[in-house]
Amino acid sequence: MSRATDNPNSERRDFLKAGAMAAGLTVGPGVLLYGVAYSRAPEEPASPDKRWGMLIDTTKCGDGCNECVTACNTENGLSGKTGPQDSQWIRKVHIRDLQTGFELNLPMLCQHCENPPCVDVCPTGASMKRADGIVLVDRHTCIGCRYCMMACPYKARSFVHEPLTDQNPEVPRGMGCVESCTFCVQRVDRDETPACVEACNAAGHKAMYFGDLKDPESEISQALKIARSTEIRADLGLNTGVRYQGI
Amino acid sequence: MSQQLCINQGECRTSLFLILLALGGVVVLGTLYAFFTLEHHGHVLTGMSNQIVWGLPHVFAVFLIVAASGALNVASIGSVFGKEVYKRRAPLSGMLALTLLAGGLAVLVLDLGRPDRLIVAMTHYNFKSIFAWNMIFYNGFFAIVGLYLITLMDRKLKSWSKPAGFAAFIWRLILTTATGSIFGFIVARSGYDAALYAPMFIIFSFAYGLAIFMLVQASMYSWNRLSLDAGIERRMKNLLAVFVGASLYFTVVLHLTNLYFAKQWDFERWILLEGGLYPALFWVGQIILGGILPLILLLAPRSGNHRGTGLNILAALLVILGGLAQMYVTIIGVQAFPMPIFPGHEVSSTFYDGVVADYAPGVYEWLLGLGGPAITFVLTVIGVRVFKFLPQDDFHAMETHPQRH
Repeated sequence: MSRATDNPNSERRDFLKAGAMAAGLTVGPGVLLYGVAYSRAPEEPASPDKRWGMLIDTTKCGDGCNECVTACNTENGLSGKTGPQDSQWIRKVHIRDLQTGFELNLPMLCQHCENPPCVDVCPTGASMKRADGIVLVDRHTCIGCRYCMMACPYKARSFVHEPLTDQNPEVPRGMGCVESCTFCVQRVDRDETPACVEACNAAGHKAMYFGDLKDPESEISQALKIARSTEIRADLGLNTGVRYQGI
Repeated sequence: MSQQLCINQGECRTSLFLILLALGGVVVLGTLYAFFTLEHHGHVLTGMSNQIVWGLPHVFAVFLIVAASGALNVASIGSVFGKEVYKRRAPLSGMLALTLLAGGLAVLVLDLGRPDRLIVAMTHYNFKSIFAWNMIFYNGFFAIVGLYLITLMDRKLKSWSKPAGFAAFIWRLILTTATGSIFGFIVARSGYDAALYAPMFIIFSFAYGLAIFMLVQASMYSWNRLSLDAGIERRMKNLLAVFVGASLYFTVVLHLTNLYFAKQWDFERWILLEGGLYPALFWVGQIILGGILPLILLLAPRSGNHRGTGLNILAALLVILGGLAQMYVTIIGVQAFPMPIFPGHEVSSTFYDGVVADYAPGVYEWLLGLGGPAITFVLTVIGVRVFKFLPQDDFHAMETHPQRH
């Protein structure tokens, strides 16, 4: 008879140990993940303690690369067509300094301003800024007057000119309303990064950083601290949530 | 029935009235057709795009809204400044102000992406938006001018016409300030972002509104086979000349200011010289046909007893045409010029950055846009038929108190 058999409690103890370990392995990561990757419940309001922002390093932005645009179109159910009446939430812009000839590429999207002119001019309040800094259009109160498109200094908004089909249920859009980049708010609320950032990283460029500008430890805050960045049309004093390096 | 409705005319001329009504009605039907088509298929059928977001309908709409407040000016000169000649014209002036505003607002609403949500616009207000304030100012204008008209037309309430007229005068100044500010408050685009837009639109409104008033008045006198008093006609054409001159002055100041700012040079060079259709509309439409030529026609000395009624009417017509050209340049021209997102850089993208936007209004925009003047026309034709809007001058009273005219 083995020693274990001699002690009738030994088997039960082993069983309890194994059970506790299994339970720990099952629940533990969940508990840990809850702390690290906390996603917002639908009924919970956006937090004013955060300000979502983006940093774009134009020196890493690939010439001819359109991955961010394609990913945005796929995620948000845009057609990808580029006619004058088609929606484009993000676009690659090529600029050349007229004095020096210096050229660069950058993605242009809604700059998620702290003081957004589109929100100021919207008569019904459909253009609005969430507490965490994301500028959105409320599809239920947009009357399609397009004053926000007149007012946006970044030409970041599109008007839906024709009926839509095959929409992404998470990203409701509608004919007759104005729309623009939402920072992929549906993903951000699940604690994921916007589709464009993910695609840029996947393509190996790593030109786009996304994160909480109010968190000094976030990757974006750290990156902003060590290299000079600029706002586009900084003269307007809008305090954009999207900043650029290398321009 | 039609005989009873016709209280304003010496003879009713019902058939002519019905023809006018039918003409206006046909255009309004076309407008409704365009509206329902766009409601169903979207703005994809128009020439408007993500570059030119406000098109031809807005040209007509803003012109009519601006002219509406200006048309009220005749009444204000009468009620606020006590000029008898203008007091006699106050009811017609007030009615025109209402019909012009109704026409302009109808176009704005029919062009909305979601016109079915008009109730949202009436119940959700963002008070930082000048558009939201305008909804209050426009609705308030209907109420105040409506009450003012009642005080003018009901003898028992006559004593209230001065305070009501004063309130309407202040309200119309605020309203046009707010209409000009729609453009003045836009920081994004080179051609806007100037406080001058508010007073400039007030001056424009004086000219456009008076020109329309003079045309309607001339038509009504002709309809009734009456002749406008030469002194009154002279006074009104001189006033129009002052307003046209002031409009030119403000236009010159706006562009001179821009020409002084280096950052605006590219835009000014384009809108004044190199922009194709837009400089043509500016110089030929707004400045020459809508400004200088009317000034010459209005101020040219009349020989002997020649009143120059035809010249005055032509001048008023030209001021209206010039006004539409001005709105086209102000609204569409400024949008067509590339937005200065990266000043000092050559810019290109799939979203038409850095290029002049194309715009060719389609048939639906024309139908929507022309609906504004058509609605104004129909309402005015009905108004002058069923109410006593024909100015009735009391020359005896004028001779008794000549200093008040």
